[in-house]
Amino acid sequence: MDLRAYRTDGFWDELFDEDLRARPGAEQLVRRLAGFSHGELAARQRAADKALLTMGITFNVYGHEAGTEKIWPFDIVPRVIDAVEWERIERGLKQRIHALNCFVDDLYHRRRILHDRVVPEWLIDSAKSFRGPCAGLTPPRGVWCHITGTDLVRGGDGVMYVLEDNLRTPSGVSYVLENREVMKRTFPQLFEGQRISPVEDYPEKLLAMLEYVAPSQARDPTVVVLTPGIYNSAYFEHSFLARQMGVELVQGSDLVVVDRVVHMRTTRGLERVDVIYRRIDDDFLDPRVFRPDSLVGVPGLMEAYRAGNVALVNAPGTGIADDKAVYAYVPKIIRYYLGEDAILPNVPTWVCGEEAQCAHVVEHLAEMVVKPANESGGYGLVIGPRASAAELAECRARILANPRNFVAQPMVALSRVPTVVGDTLEGRHVDLRPFILYGEEIFVLPGGLTRVALVKGSLVVNSSQGGGSKDTWVVHGPASPAEASSTTGGG
Amino acid sequence: MLSRVADSIYWMNRQIERAENVARATETTLDLALEGTVDPGRLWNALICAFGDQAGFAARHGAADQSRVFEFLAFDAGNPNSIDRCLQAARENARTIRDLISSAMWEEINKCYLMVRAAAEAHDRRGNQREFLDEVKRASQLITGVTDATMSHGEAWHFARMGRLVERADKTSRVLDVEHFFGPVAVDGRDAVQWSAVLESASALEMYRKQYGAVSRRNVAEFLVLDRHFPRAMHFCLIKGEESLLAVTGGTKGSYSTPAEQRLGRLRAELDYAHIDEILAGDGGLHDWIDGFQTDLNATSDAIHATFFATPPGG
Repeated sequence: MDLRAYRTDGFWDELFDEDLRARPGAEQLVRRLAGFSHGELAARQRAADKALLTMGITFNVYGHEAGTEKIWPFDIVPRVIDAVEWERIERGLKQRIHALNCFVDDLYHRRRILHDRVVPEWLIDSAKSFRGPCAGLTPPRGVWCHITGTDLVRGGDGVMYVLEDNLRTPSGVSYVLENREVMKRTFPQLFEGQRISPVEDYPEKLLAMLEYVAPSQARDPTVVVLTPGIYNSAYFEHSFLARQMGVELVQGSDLVVVDRVVHMRTTRGLERVDVIYRRIDDDFLDPRVFRPDSLVGVPGLMEAYRAGNVALVNAPGTGIADDKAVYAYVPKIIRYYLGEDAILPNVPTWVCGEEAQCAHVVEHLAEMVVKPANESGGYGLVIGPRASAAELAECRARILANPRNFVAQPMVALSRVPTVVGDTLEGRHVDLRPFILYGEEIFVLPGGLTRVALVKGSLVVNSSQGGGSKDTWVVHGPASPAEASSTTGGG
Repeated sequence: MLSRVADSIYWMNRQIERAENVARATETTLDLALEGTVDPGRLWNALICAFGDQAGFAARHGAADQSRVFEFLAFDAGNPNSIDRCLQAARENARTIRDLISSAMWEEINKCYLMVRAAAEAHDRRGNQREFLDEVKRASQLITGVTDATMSHGEAWHFARMGRLVERADKTSRVLDVEHFFGPVAVDGRDAVQWSAVLESASALEMYRKQYGAVSRRNVAEFLVLDRHFPRAMHFCLIKGEESLLAVTGGTKGSYSTPAEQRLGRLRAELDYAHIDEILAGDGGLHDWIDGFQTDLNATSDAIHATFFATPPGG
């Protein structure tokens, strides 16, 4: 295949530099791609699509008829990250999660950071995701944010920025594992002779973390995954993780609280549950404490949690650190708790709740990306440069009506990765969601989920809005000259 | 295991077994229709009656003929027992227990579902009827094989097997009862043709011949009701079903501690000591006896539901 026709179009490309030389880590992949015969790329892509359909790797789309499952598009050209760069990203993520855990714990206890005026008190008090009922609580082992999926983007300057922190119930890790599996099935020769960090041990690490945070009295803790059910967009992932860990996948109706202890209903009666990896938002966890109309929750769950009889993962109340206005303060939060500068920079962010910043946003709306502070999945996003005058006017009105609920960022020219279009490659924009586990220590899954906007020129990578995904490789350079000669032997 | 999950795997297996049995009986009827010795209208009507869907069929389609009955049994979205509906329900159940079943099982169920959906959405279904039914049968058998080979034979597997065997016992009894709706055709040895078809509908012809040779009504009934070794015989289904039930409860044959054990044990014991000539000579003959069997089998399934799946009261 002739790669000389490939164009980076002035964007940062993850595989090629501006002179179409392979970037560090991507050399061997690029050599293999160049060796493809005519039609091979398209044939491999079809084989991968077929494997996905058979494996039933699907997600549900909201707003369509109930239970519409879609195959999440997968692109067979992997995204490569050099191990040297990854080491820095990993350190940055550990630092960030460590600080955010301190922050959440502080907010529900002494609130030092508010008294010291590092983060404004009004910001926390007005946040929808701050949970009053969690004040004074300390979750088992002091861990709040057990599982985080942090969204990273690389700009035109080549710098990796943090775009969002997802600390509620981040999804996507199952696709990381399945994408690797599909790649191995359909494209084994790409792996030959390369040192790529494995991702397959994630379920073991996850289970170890869940058992570690069990209430101290539980000897051989029973762990379950709590799902809202098969119509949830991430149901595939819920069942995947339960299966991989070998634990029960339960729905709210399977659980019952008796004497402040959570049990599941089994064919042999009630059985005690110690740790719940819940994939249900705080709002729906317990109809007696949060939304009374929740049908997917468990009445009495929060009481059992407060009594220390069950661990909830992530801890209720963690979502406060997920607020996109709070995000703007994370570099300060890191400095406040750890006394360090943030290793991974934020994308510059204007908080509309601050009067001066709001004025700036309203004035420069056409150049900015506006986000609601409390939504996920890309819902409610307005991309200024691509919005019509009417859309901008509507957006402006919404901001002025409720400034607290909006933040704005400059548009980031997301980096691109070559992506299969027919039998050729074209650049498509990507982001990256690494997954971080906080248990006995902090673990970062090498790589993470690369989401790709499959529509030409599009910057929206969300699965619900036309995005797909790619396998993500953390590639190690040759460890020694001897190894170098043996790894290049097959190429 | 979770009550809801046990319920799902039990029904998932019943649904797949049901689809397989509908496919097999339909295929046999296609064969009989080809032979042209009997009135096709009666033939297709008997199939609908034996599977207990007569009212639903008549309301939706009117008089029975090959293409209407095939459509009704294979694809009709208004027929809860159509192959398409069975596979949709089975896959939905499989999705809710994806964490429990092996990936190999899931992939086969998913593939079968995709195949049936594609066939249901195809415009011209006439040419490939036989091929379609064959694929359904093969897929069901593959799923059974993959289940046995890739899933631990623990509690969940026993619920799966119970579901399959309860459904199979019911369907074999219905195939045997076809005579009642079809009427006797004992002219010029035609009887043998009909009873051979009954055996075919239960995939039993070859095994029957090894044991009895010539085909007769009495021996076919004896084989399909009372045989202890043929896997589609009603007695076999109850013996193996009870084994699975006892594996779940930890009980022993001959006593009971749950309604499910009591019901299934009693029905199995009845067949242990039954004699085919008594069944055939009884009041109302074979048909009434089968009717009674189906009622008892339904009560057994209800008891399994009450014992394991019904939600115990919470706090």
